Amino acid sequence: MPDFSLPAAVPISWYLILSAVLFTLGIAGFLLRRSIITVFMSIELMLNAVNLTFVTFSYKLKAVDGHIFTFFVMVVAAAEAAVGLAIILTVFRNRSTLEIDEVNSLKL
Amino acid sequence: MTLLDALIAIPAAGFLITLLLPRDNPGLVRNFTLFVSLVVFLLSLGLIGPVQENPGVMHFETNVPWIDYPAIRYHVGVDGMSLWLIILSTLLTPICILVSWNYIQKRVKEFYAFLLLLLAGVTGVFVALDLFLFYVFWEVSLVPMYFLIGVWGHDRRIYAAVKFFLFTMAGSVLMLGAIIVLYLKGGSFDLPFLLDSMAKGGLVLNPGQQFWMFLAFFVAFAVKVPLFPLHTWLPDAHGEAPTAGSIMLASVLLKLGAYGLVRVCLPLFPRVARENADWIIGLAIIGIIYGALVAMVQPNMKRLVAYSSVSHLGFVVLGIFSFTQIGLDGAVYQMLNHGISTGALFMLVGYLYERRHSLEIADFGGVSSVAPWLSVMFVVTTLASIGLPLLNNFVGEYLVLQGAAQVNFTYAVFAAIGVILSACYMLWLVQRTFYGETPHEVAHHMKDFNAREWATMLPLLALMVWMGVYSQSFIPAITASNSRTLDMTRQSAVASQPQAPGPLARLKEIFHVR
Amino acid sequence: MHQLWLIPAFPLLGFLINGIFGKKFSKRAVSLFAVGSVLLSFLWVVKTLMAISPLETLYTEHYFTWIASGAALNIGFDLSVDRLTSVMLLVVTGIGSLIHIYATGYMAHEPGPNHGGYYRFFSYLNLFMFFMLILVLAANYLLLFVGWEGVGLCSYLLIGFYFVKKSATNAGIKAFVVNRIGDFGFSLAIFLIFIQFGSLDFQKVFAQAGGLADEVQAGVITATCLLLMVGAAGKSAQVPLYVWLPDAMEGPTPVSALIHAATMVTAGVYMVARSAPLFNHAPIAMEVVAVIGLLTAVMAATIGMTQNDIKKVYAYSTVSQLGYMFLACGVGAYSAGIYHVMTHAFFKALLFLGAGSVIHALQGEQDLRNMGGLRSKIPVTFLTLLCASLAIAGFPYTSGFMSKDEILVAAHHHSPAMFWIGVITASMTAFYVWRALFLCFFGRYRGSAHPHESPLVITLPLGVLALLSILGGFFRVPVWLEPVLGKAPEGHDPALVIISVAAGLIGIFLAWLFYVAKPGLPDTFARALKGLYTLVYNKYFVDEAYDAVIIRPVVDGSRTVLWKGFDVGVVDGIVNGVGSVSRGVGGILRTLQGGSIRNYAALTLLGAVLVLAAVAFTGGAQ
Repeated sequence: MPDFSLPAAVPISWYLILSAVLFTLGIAGFLLRRSIITVFMSIELMLNAVNLTFVTFSYKLKAVDGHIFTFFVMVVAAAEAAVGLAIILTVFRNRSTLEIDEVNSLKL
Repeated sequence: MTLLDALIAIPAAGFLITLLLPRDNPGLVRNFTLFVSLVVFLLSLGLIGPVQENPGVMHFETNVPWIDYPAIRYHVGVDGMSLWLIILSTLLTPICILVSWNYIQKRVKEFYAFLLLLLAGVTGVFVALDLFLFYVFWEVSLVPMYFLIGVWGHDRRIYAAVKFFLFTMAGSVLMLGAIIVLYLKGGSFDLPFLLDSMAKGGLVLNPGQQFWMFLAFFVAFAVKVPLFPLHTWLPDAHGEAPTAGSIMLASVLLKLGAYGLVRVCLPLFPRVARENADWIIGLAIIGIIYGALVAMVQPNMKRLVAYSSVSHLGFVVLGIFSFTQIGLDGAVYQMLNHGISTGALFMLVGYLYERRHSLEIADFGGVSSVAPWLSVMFVVTTLASIGLPLLNNFVGEYLVLQGAAQVNFTYAVFAAIGVILSACYMLWLVQRTFYGETPHEVAHHMKDFNAREWATMLPLLALMVWMGVYSQSFIPAITASNSRTLDMTRQSAVASQPQAPGPLARLKEIFHVR
Repeated sequence: MHQLWLIPAFPLLGFLINGIFGKKFSKRAVSLFAVGSVLLSFLWVVKTLMAISPLETLYTEHYFTWIASGAALNIGFDLSVDRLTSVMLLVVTGIGSLIHIYATGYMAHEPGPNHGGYYRFFSYLNLFMFFMLILVLAANYLLLFVGWEGVGLCSYLLIGFYFVKKSATNAGIKAFVVNRIGDFGFSLAIFLIFIQFGSLDFQKVFAQAGGLADEVQAGVITATCLLLMVGAAGKSAQVPLYVWLPDAMEGPTPVSALIHAATMVTAGVYMVARSAPLFNHAPIAMEVVAVIGLLTAVMAATIGMTQNDIKKVYAYSTVSQLGYMFLACGVGAYSAGIYHVMTHAFFKALLFLGAGSVIHALQGEQDLRNMGGLRSKIPVTFLTLLCASLAIAGFPYTSGFMSKDEILVAAHHHSPAMFWIGVITASMTAFYVWRALFLCFFGRYRGSAHPHESPLVITLPLGVLALLSILGGFFRVPVWLEPVLGKAPEGHDPALVIISVAAGLIGIFLAWLFYVAKPGLPDTFARALKGLYTLVYNKYFVDEAYDAVIIRPVVDGSRTVLWKGFDVGVVDGIVNGVGSVSRGVGGILRTLQGGSIRNYAALTLLGAVLVLAAVAFTGGAQ
């Protein structure tokens, strides 16, 4: 009979596994999806997976560095989202498509 | 900021400002760059007085840190040898701008901007005393020339530009490697510091290291000179380059190689240089004869002049590696002479091209009848180029050959054959281009000089005569600088020098009796 | 200071004025500047020579340092005169002035100022005078070399004066290049002299010449002298470098007279005589000089007997007479050589100018076969040419007799065989010169032009030169030169004189027999000796041999082997080979960089996985 009882605290490994799963989903989305928006979201997903790892280790090591890095990443991600979405909008306006393989040259 | 810094900074600033000028106003661009280059030229004349007072040492030195780690310094200075090369560059730049006045019609702004950048780069090479700085300027001078050939050249310009770039790049990578090794061993990029440290025994290189580093520097410079058999980029580059590009390439860029040999190679690796002088002189002499023979059969004017440069620069290398005061003075003087007379030849060939739109010798003939002054100037330049006495090249060639003869009479015998051959190919060119019946196409297009063209020709003509008749205006400064270089090479080579030979031994030496 | 520099400066000024502004001048103004400058130069020569006399040693003026390098090498722009120089100076400026005057008449029909022929001609001629005077006045070998190359240049320009004609420009190039081969030897000699003596100044070199160790004398001095002789052979058209001079007749006739007869071609003799202190220490070299001179004299004389172009006949005669001068130098009679330089300048300039007058009268006809019977039509020309022909044939007490006699006596002193060959050559000389005279002036006229006598500007110089040809021998040059060149060998044997005079008279008689008395004889001889005749008529096929053995192989070899083979094939082949290998490798690697982000990402992932796997397997960093 396996032991389904929960431990007193969530073990570190669970966080890491969750993070790995999220990261893998992100990679898969990045590689396989065709829409720019989805690819973009996959990148965000990967960033957040990494954030989770940072926070986990920060908690575990009782050091604040991980938190600081997470904030950095979040700021960058926010900026990226702003710029990225703007670019995506412009691309859509110019090309009327968001298929990533269609947008393969800088010049029209 | 000294005058010398200004000579680099002004063209560099001119380059940036030119790029900012409006594209649709080529007249402004021409006038502006001409103005800048003339200012630089006039300023450069200010170097002459102070340097000539004591040409053996560096003047206008600036030595400030540029990059802290690795310790790269902005260390520049000018002595008797670099003095004339700088003035040659600053003189030829306004001439090149005038030469291109009507010839360049596309991307005018970029063209003139690159000429100024080129001037900044070559001046930098001639004054840099920090090896890394030297390398940086070396590369800076390479880039504008690449574009001058690649953008404004003739039909096969891309091929020629890439070939030029690859040859020079291959050499300079080797040089960079050697510079870095030198830094790791000697702890500095500073040339005077390294030399001092070698003289005092602080920096000791074993013979193997010396040899390979010498070779790396030597190949980099030999490609640029160009020394046989590394010369094959030159005819292509010249054949395809626009007129101004050819002038700068022949007159100034080729001198970078020879300058590097004298300034860097000889003092840094005196013993290896002396030990390897024999085969290098061999290559130089092969180059002299080979260049002349191949020039003789070229159907294209520019390629002919390009091969003649291979021949002439062979004399320079011969003089350098003769390790005699006379030969070395002749070599440096010959660099200047070649800059003047071959520059003028390329310019005149360019003028012929502007009129006839062809470089094939067979498309010409009888130009003398329709454009007499152009022909006279071409013939005078030709005569200068084949070393007619009282014109500039003779002095250089005589000194080089006399120097070579003092080391080994056989060298002089073979090198002097080049003098015979030069008469053959140049006079044959003159005959086929200027003499004979005038074909209709030539008569139709050929006009004589206009005022702008006179303005480009007369300074060069004056210099040809001046440098041939009164070489004492120029040579003493060169001598002082060279005797210092020779002293440096002698210090470490004293041990390996044989005793002064007696008359009988001397005789055997002269006639190569063993 | 006696301002020697003014001597060459006048013609230089004339050259510059005519060269730069001549296009706008009238012909009269051009002539004024050209002739005036040379006359001034002549007068200045006379004045300075009188002022500096007795000229027994070298008087030198230093103007500025020309080339210097370090302490070892210092070559000044120095001019000097002594008795040897004085003879040359007077000949050059004197004959030069006469020929300039003559040329104003001869070239009068050249296209006018705007077409450029006239002023161009005179500016070249002045430039020539400048360089020739530098050559003669130079006080060191390098400055001598300046004049040496400079006169070669002017010779090139003037031979190719009619530059529309291919043959003229070819001849110009040939002259320059063959001269360059000679100059190659000369320049090597200069290097050797500097190495040996540490100076190029005549005075310093000659002062040291005697005091050298034996083996140095035997080796270095001999080599130096032989190399000097190579230079002299080029400039003075000696075997084997004589081939340019006959072709040089493409130039206008005054040029042939001035440059290719009277002055420039004698520069080699002057140079050898100037270097006498060196040659005296190199007996082997002197022997070589004598043999080359003799060989040239004979060879050119035989060719001269068969030529039909009047200027070619005189050209070969010049080559032959120059051979005599070298013979003189070679046997140690330098002063006799210079003596002959002077008298030859008189009568050979006259022969050429007279030929020019004939050509002028016949509107450009040069072929002897189309002349004849001109005696009565152009009497002045005939009489003057008669004087010259007498002189060159060695008729007693003419100038040619005096100098040739000196040479032959000296040759006999050295070796009787040389004397006899010289005598036979003298006979041949008389034969072909008189052959030309008979063909031109006797018999009946065979051409179609309307001969007319030339104007006074042409006949006046002819008259002066005729006088000099007959009486010029009475300037006793060998006596005048004794302080400089030493005494010529003594011993005037009247028998020798009689033999040489007889030889000349026999030559004249044979010419009369062949071309006046029995005009059918030459053809009979030519047919009988067909092979020999063809060989000589075609100048021993020397030009053809040079072309086949040297010129063709060099040009073709350069084109096929060096350029197309080595340059394009080997060096560029290697470079392009390296290029295409890199390109091939790049082509394979290129597929990795298709530009698809997805591929990059997948590869990045793959890489990351591989790295992680590697870390996992090796246990990671501890």
